[in-house]
Amino acid sequence: MDNFVKQSLAGLRVLLVLTLITGVAYPAAVWAVSRIPGLHANAEAVDTTLVAVTREGDRYFVPRPSAATLPASGASNKGERNEDYTRKIAELRTTIAQREGVAEESVPQDAVTASASGLDPDISPEYAALQVPRVARATGLPVEKVRELVSAGTGGTFATTVNVTALNRAIDAAR
Amino acid sequence: MSPTVSGLVQVGILVVALAAVYRPLGDYMARVFSATKHSKFELAIYKAVRVNPDSEQKWSTYAFGVLGFSFVSVAFLYLLQRIQAVLPFAYDRGNVPPGMAFNTAISFVTNTNWQSYVPETVMGHTVQMVGLTVQNFVSAAVGLAVAIALVRGFVRHQSDRLGNFWVDLVRGTVRILLPLAFVFAIVLIALGVTMSLKSGVDIDGQVVANAPVASQEAIKELGTNGGGILNANSAHPFENPNAWSNLLEIFLLLVIPVALTRTFGQLVGNKKQGYVLLSVMGLIWGAMLAVIWVAEANGLRPLEGKELRFGIPASALFANSTTGTSTGAVNSMHDSFTGLGGGGAMLNMLFGEMTPGGVGTGLYSILVMAIIAMFLAGLMVGRTPEYLGKKLGRREVTAAAVSILAMPTVLLIFAGIAAILPSTGSALNNSGEHGLSEILYAYASASNNNGSAFAGITVTNDWFQSTLGICMAFGRFIPIVAVLALAGSLAAQKKVPETAGTLPTTGPLFATLLAGSIVLVAALTFVPALALGPIAEALL
Repeated sequence: MDNFVKQSLAGLRVLLVLTLITGVAYPAAVWAVSRIPGLHANAEAVDTTLVAVTREGDRYFVPRPSAATLPASGASNKGERNEDYTRKIAELRTTIAQREGVAEESVPQDAVTASASGLDPDISPEYAALQVPRVARATGLPVEKVRELVSAGTGGTFATTVNVTALNRAIDAAR
Repeated sequence: MSPTVSGLVQVGILVVALAAVYRPLGDYMARVFSATKHSKFELAIYKAVRVNPDSEQKWSTYAFGVLGFSFVSVAFLYLLQRIQAVLPFAYDRGNVPPGMAFNTAISFVTNTNWQSYVPETVMGHTVQMVGLTVQNFVSAAVGLAVAIALVRGFVRHQSDRLGNFWVDLVRGTVRILLPLAFVFAIVLIALGVTMSLKSGVDIDGQVVANAPVASQEAIKELGTNGGGILNANSAHPFENPNAWSNLLEIFLLLVIPVALTRTFGQLVGNKKQGYVLLSVMGLIWGAMLAVIWVAEANGLRPLEGKELRFGIPASALFANSTTGTSTGAVNSMHDSFTGLGGGGAMLNMLFGEMTPGGVGTGLYSILVMAIIAMFLAGLMVGRTPEYLGKKLGRREVTAAAVSILAMPTVLLIFAGIAAILPSTGSALNNSGEHGLSEILYAYASASNNNGSAFAGITVTNDWFQSTLGICMAFGRFIPIVAVLALAGSLAAQKKVPETAGTLPTTGPLFATLLAGSIVLVAALTFVPALALGPIAEALL
């Protein structure tokens, strides 16, 4: 027991010193580096296109469903055999099909499933294509122009996706 | 590029990157822990904390060091959360409630990083940096220290000393984890990870929480910790903005456990001894990746709980690596995985976190399993088993058995009770087999110090906060004390000369024996429980 107390006291001293090094100096140094202009970083995420939130109105592209309660992120965590949730997805599919004026079968999976973060900035090119006519109608932009903006916003390294946030800002700018 | 091809390309890049750093990092870590000289910076630390760095400790003192350090760490972290309201950068998040603070303190000190809280609304930046980031470093360094102490047990002969815990702790932190974390935090920032002291940022009219992400992200992966500074963890675009940051994060959580097999080979003077452990780790990691990937690619709605920029292959790769190491960070929600895919993630933890396991913990866990394997082989031929020139007698095998059995014992007892408690019903997010899987996964994660979750389960009632806390503590410290006792009794032995009757531990025979033991021990212990949860769900 004496040994435990002795080691605990040494442990406390070590903890305090390591706290100064790894808990104060280290994050402060990383923060300072993040301010270096040449890093091309956006540490504050000002006007970032990394995340997407739903914007009101038919003139915007709709991101994936979100189970997040902002400002926090979050997912549905529903299992694939959860019947209540399956029903909810079916209803959402009907709603989207009606909104876009297409058959239910052509609504892609990413349009009805909640993302992991609830902030997924991306949708599939199929879901973007589905939304083009509605956005064109609501904004008064020619369909060709909207398609152009979609392809400008399409990219990705290992998966091809469309960034909704960048796309919606481009729509705003084009109007 | 089809998803399969792009997935294979990513696995290829990852394996090549790991292979490239395997030798230099493994050799560097071996030098760090065998060096006799202290740097000036380290000497200043030892002076400030009044520790004599050149005095070596017996196994019991070493163990008291680990326990004492962890004890004061829990107390400090608990206090810090309880007084959060008066700390800077708290943003009206208030004091963390007692049960949650207790659970979180144990969670981060044990390298589990299980999170019963929503960071964006509960934890301010001061607790994140001064409390949680610190434990991300030092809990990993404790794992490293214990692994090195066990290796010294094999290397030393007729000695009652295992090294100095404080020196191993400080060196692991300032020579290995700190420089790597600093460099990769900057790389992550360059890739788009955020680093903000503000509480949030306005995105098209809505506020999304922000945090000092990059500094914690780097050590979260590198130290196989896994506690996200944001709720969605590495699925959050601020923590993991694109395919490259994703690949880097997977690399970081694998790199130290993998390279430690090289460190081990160097320290015992036979690199093949390390390669054989690596081959077993790699074999099981690869097999489990195939299971999870194929299961997810054939799911009913595989994109639920996944991010499009990663897609299915990179989500499976992350899930397999985070559960095969004891990290527990996630870039997709395991609760929404298929029965087989989620069950695969769970099985990775139930292997006891050694494929390749956490920082240090993976190495000592697989060495303990190697002792069990040699014991089983010894029983078959009726010969006292040996490993690395040490006899595995009653003391050694008992210590190994205690270390292996601690995790399943606490896991099954508490998960069993939780499953029949009336209060558990309202905590679940899914019903039936999948509901049971949520309970099993929670206790598997806590007892193995992983920290990932079938996150739909609400674990904020007193039962879950306290029992998951107990599982994390027992799952961490019983094996650590057993491993140090084992190291002590190995170091005290003479070296046994190799004879014609010695089973070589560098070839495919031993690798098969070891891999078989890992799988068999987990299967014999957990198949009944798994049959009611993920197996039943997969067969539906």
